[in-house]
Amino acid sequence: MDFLHYLVTSIPFFIRAAAVTVELTATALAMGMVIGLVFALMKISGRRFWRCIADTYITVIRGTPLIVQLFAIYFGLATIVDFGSFWSAAIALAVHNGAYIAEIFRGGIQSIDRGQMEAARSLGMSYGLAMRRIILPQAFKRVVPPLGNQFIIGLKDSSLAAFVTMKELFGVSMQLASTHFAELQFYTIAGLYYLALVVLFTFLVNRLERRLKIES
Amino acid sequence: MSLVKVRNLNKWFGRLHALKDVNLEVREGEVAVVIGASGSGKSTLLRCLNFLEVPEQGQVIFDGKVIDPRRDDLNLLRREVGMVFQHFNLFPHMNVLENIIEAPVMVKKVPREKAIEEALALLHKVGLADKVDAYPCQLSGGQQQRVAIARALAMHPRLMLFDEPTSALDPELVGEVLAVMKQLAGEGMTMIVVTHEMGFAREVADRVIFMDEGRIVEEGEPAQVFSRPQKSRTRDFLSRVLWGSGPAQDCWTPAATATSA
Repeated sequence: MDFLHYLVTSIPFFIRAAAVTVELTATALAMGMVIGLVFALMKISGRRFWRCIADTYITVIRGTPLIVQLFAIYFGLATIVDFGSFWSAAIALAVHNGAYIAEIFRGGIQSIDRGQMEAARSLGMSYGLAMRRIILPQAFKRVVPPLGNQFIIGLKDSSLAAFVTMKELFGVSMQLASTHFAELQFYTIAGLYYLALVVLFTFLVNRLERRLKIES
Repeated sequence: MSLVKVRNLNKWFGRLHALKDVNLEVREGEVAVVIGASGSGKSTLLRCLNFLEVPEQGQVIFDGKVIDPRRDDLNLLRREVGMVFQHFNLFPHMNVLENIIEAPVMVKKVPREKAIEEALALLHKVGLADKVDAYPCQLSGGQQQRVAIARALAMHPRLMLFDEPTSALDPELVGEVLAVMKQLAGEGMTMIVVTHEMGFAREVADRVIFMDEGRIVEEGEPAQVFSRPQKSRTRDFLSRVLWGSGPAQDCWTPAATATSA
């Protein structure tokens, strides 16, 4: 019965914390999408220079843990620029997810038939215009499922922000767990909130996917 | 006067020497049909004319101007050279009208209303006035290819390149596409057509060009090339396509489909 008591009485704290989690995740993933698109375009570029930069970025970021990247930004860079906990976490999450999103976008772009780019170019469209008007809109539809998957991972990874003092879902549950000496209860409650967010998000992605399918 | 001229064109794909010293001249208003076995370099030659493939050696001269693919803005050349592909390559996320007005509006900055007006006229011309709102996936192959022709024509090109425009079509749909092409030829459009439709070549072409292993082996008026081929390789090829298993010279009829709507 402890559990139900904690679950109900902690609602105001967790609602506020969930809002922080959503805000952090949304900010990070929005930036991650931009980073991902830029590096995906670099990776398919004809210039070796751009491909090299993109390869290096993706290799380094995918090859190191998010918590290391987060600490490097929050503690490491603090002597030069102090982003504060929210922006440190947002930047770390964005940079981290950006590498995975870049690969998702690259795959989506390369899955579009070559004939599409050729047809667009044969009509006098520049590479950039053809990319923007012809290739990316088609590629975007195809990357919705893997992108949704990456967003779910990003949402859950945002819990690491607790370690740079963010009062998001996990941070709040750590605090409540230790003050009430009720670890099992509060971590279970935190898990339920994450689960609810992921289920809600999955529902939205599925609806978007269905709508895109009807359109085409 | 020649609209497009090709001088000593050479193209390699890795070790494969795809085009070997190709020379070609096509006059304004002329319909040149390129025939030859698959792998003979026909499509490559066509794709070098709008620089979808960049030749390693030789010159492409369009309207008296040598095109340098490194210096010149190829987008300007491509506005004047329409291309129709074997697999149509319509934009699947746009409906028929949007497919046609996309390049005029985005590239030439034609006002949208004017582009739509022209697109409707073009659709009428290719017999698809009732398909304005359809998406490519809702159309048959023949209809898609006619939309693709309209899309290319919307840029008011001076030269039209057709890269095996009927090869991917079911046999019963070939006629409607060829009918549109024939009509276009009748209007005086300069056309270079790579095709296996010998009936079309015989009837519509001003000149037939036979390619083999990356070279132009023989060219001349259709009557001459088909009836009295000079080279043995041309004779071999023609005897295979005309009397072999494939459909022979009169495999299509100029169907009324294209002008009926």
